[in-house]
Amino acid sequence: MACLTHPRRALSTNPLKASAPLGAALAYLGIERAVPLFHGAQGCTAFGMVHLVRHFKEAIPLQTTAMNEITTILGGADQLEQAIENLRKRANPKFIGIASTALTETRGEDVAGELRDILARRKDFAETKVVYAATPDFEGGMQDGWAKAIEALVTALVPETPAPDPDLRQVTLLPGVHVTPAEIEELVRMIRAFGLNPLVLPDISTSLDGHLAEDWSGCSLGGTPVDRIADVTRSACTLAIGEQMRGTAQIIEDKAGVPYRVFPSVTGLKAVDAFVRVLMELSGTQTPPPSIQRDRARLQDAMLDAHFFTGALKVAIGAEPDLMFGLSTTLTQMGAEIVTAVTTTQHSPVIERMPCDEVILGDLGDFERGAKAAGAQILLTNSYGRMAADALHLPLVRVGFPVFDRIGAQDACRVGYRGTRAFLFEIANAVQSVHHTPRPEDFGATPLPEEFSYVPHPASC
Amino acid sequence: MSEALKNKVAEVLNEPGCATNTAKADGARKKGCTKQLTPGAAAGGCAFDGAMITLQPITDVAHLVHAPLACWGNGWDNRSAASSGSELYRKGFTTDLSELDIVMGHGEKKLFRAIHEVIKEQSPAAVFVYATCVTALVGDDIEVVCKAAAEKWGTPVIPVNVPGFVGSKNLGNKLGGEALLDHVIGTIEPETTTPYDINIIGDFNLSGEQWQVKPLLDKLGIRILGSISGDARYRQVAQMHRAKATMLVCSQALVNVARKIQERWGVPYFEGSFYGIADTSEALRKICGLLVEQGADVELLSRCEALIAEEEAKVWAALEPLRPRVAGKRVLLYTGGHKTWSVVAALQELGMEVVGTSMRKATQNDRARVVEIMGDANHMYENMAPREMYDMLRDAGADVLLSGGRSQFVALKARMPWVDVNQEKHEPYAGYMGMVDLVRAIDRSVNNPIWADLREPAPWDVPLTGGAVLPAPSGACPVTHMSAPMGRAPTLVPQTPASPAAKAPQAAANPLEGLANSATDFEDC
Repeated sequence: MACLTHPRRALSTNPLKASAPLGAALAYLGIERAVPLFHGAQGCTAFGMVHLVRHFKEAIPLQTTAMNEITTILGGADQLEQAIENLRKRANPKFIGIASTALTETRGEDVAGELRDILARRKDFAETKVVYAATPDFEGGMQDGWAKAIEALVTALVPETPAPDPDLRQVTLLPGVHVTPAEIEELVRMIRAFGLNPLVLPDISTSLDGHLAEDWSGCSLGGTPVDRIADVTRSACTLAIGEQMRGTAQIIEDKAGVPYRVFPSVTGLKAVDAFVRVLMELSGTQTPPPSIQRDRARLQDAMLDAHFFTGALKVAIGAEPDLMFGLSTTLTQMGAEIVTAVTTTQHSPVIERMPCDEVILGDLGDFERGAKAAGAQILLTNSYGRMAADALHLPLVRVGFPVFDRIGAQDACRVGYRGTRAFLFEIANAVQSVHHTPRPEDFGATPLPEEFSYVPHPASC
Repeated sequence: MSEALKNKVAEVLNEPGCATNTAKADGARKKGCTKQLTPGAAAGGCAFDGAMITLQPITDVAHLVHAPLACWGNGWDNRSAASSGSELYRKGFTTDLSELDIVMGHGEKKLFRAIHEVIKEQSPAAVFVYATCVTALVGDDIEVVCKAAAEKWGTPVIPVNVPGFVGSKNLGNKLGGEALLDHVIGTIEPETTTPYDINIIGDFNLSGEQWQVKPLLDKLGIRILGSISGDARYRQVAQMHRAKATMLVCSQALVNVARKIQERWGVPYFEGSFYGIADTSEALRKICGLLVEQGADVELLSRCEALIAEEEAKVWAALEPLRPRVAGKRVLLYTGGHKTWSVVAALQELGMEVVGTSMRKATQNDRARVVEIMGDANHMYENMAPREMYDMLRDAGADVLLSGGRSQFVALKARMPWVDVNQEKHEPYAGYMGMVDLVRAIDRSVNNPIWADLREPAPWDVPLTGGAVLPAPSGACPVTHMSAPMGRAPTLVPQTPASPAAKAPQAAANPLEGLANSATDFEDC
């Protein structure tokens, strides 16, 4: 329905997009005892790390190959080898996930080949799994980097299994970058409610959920155990959340014949119904557990309560394609109208399925201009949207990455029947937070004559 | 890297105004303070990051980053430098180079158009254009583009050549300053000058720190003519050559700028700090002294002394009620440069014990001051690895950590109070009133009741005692339908002696003893 437009301009004002390597780093942080490693200058890592720290309010073990001018020109294979060696010495990770940056990609290094040589030569690195994904900053957004990292990981660590030994009670859950730790937990809860065992890859719900550990660790504090990754071949089905995970699901199918389903969204009544329907099929039950049925009834009731506020509501949204699609369809199904939609990357089939006429591949400058011109009543984007919210005096619902001016970003849950309910309340309450008391002038009536007003006399004593 | 940039880097690294550098042997001096970064064990920002720290607080300027998205997309709007005027500096402008731009060599043309668009849309006082790793690598000549754009549209367009890979954040600070020296300072003459005009270099008005000091200057009739770059306007930077004196804050980073302003236009400078009571007084004395030397009325000195006496009395009176709340608390400082000692005296005066202070980026002079204030050198340490700092804090080797953002989670995860004293902090601690705010922050942090609760064991860490009697299981298990064993007596939970492992945390005699220095400076501010 929607067409993607590329504004013809050279200047980007107030970037919306976070870069691809950052998405890859976040994906790697969903693996147990992992350290993500950027192949670039140390600034690439420093900015990325500050970004992640501001969002999650956690120490983030992100490292760099510290490319300098000379190694950039001559090639960074030695830097890579040294970085792996030093990381193993300092943090003893079980997994190192490497993401390239614009710097190394501009030179055009054959990092994959170099890494193969290093790993073949350095037998002492055997205990640490090392995976590399090419994620130049100049190509795609955060969700592309996330997807590439998980595709690289599955390609490297999942063996070809022509005759798998399936566990029909196990399903693989592949969350996209837009799925928060609390949302992974909610999907896991739903899957378990049907008597199925989810294997989550990557699982940031155990590493970045914000918990106080008993000891200091230089690696991720949780996540999918490296040894379990190959077990995705044994699942009865792969459930991919977001179109961005289709590629990974396809690789698993190619390697082990595991069928997959892609859910472009798991927010909104219809989207969650489709998810539940698949869980019913997989578990072979016509009757979902009572808790699921109850949650659906509560969502229905929430829709009744919320539709007064969402009906004909003019919404401006700025987010990565999968997140934008899920939230936008939920709101239009509630009667709202998407008047401005800005996204970060063109690599997504959901863009043309967006319930609006135009999606801009742009920045928050486009977002602010569009919202103003179209008379938007509510803004949905990341924390950087606060500038537009200030300028336009509109409520801002913070979605996506980064959310740095509110705490508890990891706990935002907008998936499943429960999460959708919470999301509808969030939107309705943001609309209600704008107080407007009607005045006669609003309707063209003259104000009450002043002579009717009681004027208090100064007290005589 | 271009020959010009190479020479510039060599020049700023061999800084005659830097005490550490002049103390080195000839060969080492030429190498400057650059150090090789360790892959896999590096922390801290790049040169581009450093230049942004120096320049971004200039408020009415459009800061345009010529790079693929990550440099600025991941970095914009992340500092708390405050402005009393334009908010333009907070916006993120970038050329957001795509693969096509890079492969086809469209970078320079795109930059030229982007400069035009930002001038048209935002009417900035000037445009600062930052070259980064990728644009330096493909050889975009931003100086030529900036020159052409400035001539065409009549707005100053300043090239800042700071590809991240040339070095550290500190080097970037200096290169940012050099860009101002080359293209901005001295280009505008002020409408009026007074004998009471000063420059402040190296203060970035983080969370409004400059405004904690400005009332003092206002009372003395001293005007901040030029600023790099706290709450600065482009005009202020352009006319700073006409000030009568320069105060250099946060000493090392921008000493090149202060020295060259002195050499070129005869504006004397001194290094000082507004952190701590004695330092603030000392800085005010030096400002007034320099101004009088430069021709201000000599009565300024006596007015200054009167103000210092009045303000010091006021601040100590304000601190006195806090004394019982903070006295006896053990403070660990993990900062750098002058901050290693500038707040120590006041904390000690209030009865706090400073158990250690890191000597990162400290000069010989800083070291001498620490020994002078703390009596000996036993409390000095260099870098600490996160792991070691965690263990020390977990063992309660201190009551509160004062440091920057990178060690925030080391402290918090060790269940240790933490106060942010570096550039990301959200509360200003400068001048006399800032000292009260700092002590209040320490009080608020160490005396919060959560710490005791957080260190308490979980319910399951303590064996059940007191002989709770559980009812015997009866009926059948709802899942397995197995019936409970009949005739089992009520279970009495056995009494277990408290585990000896749950010992109270003991403070080590000297918490710094036996700590190895870490090669990585993980709190690279």
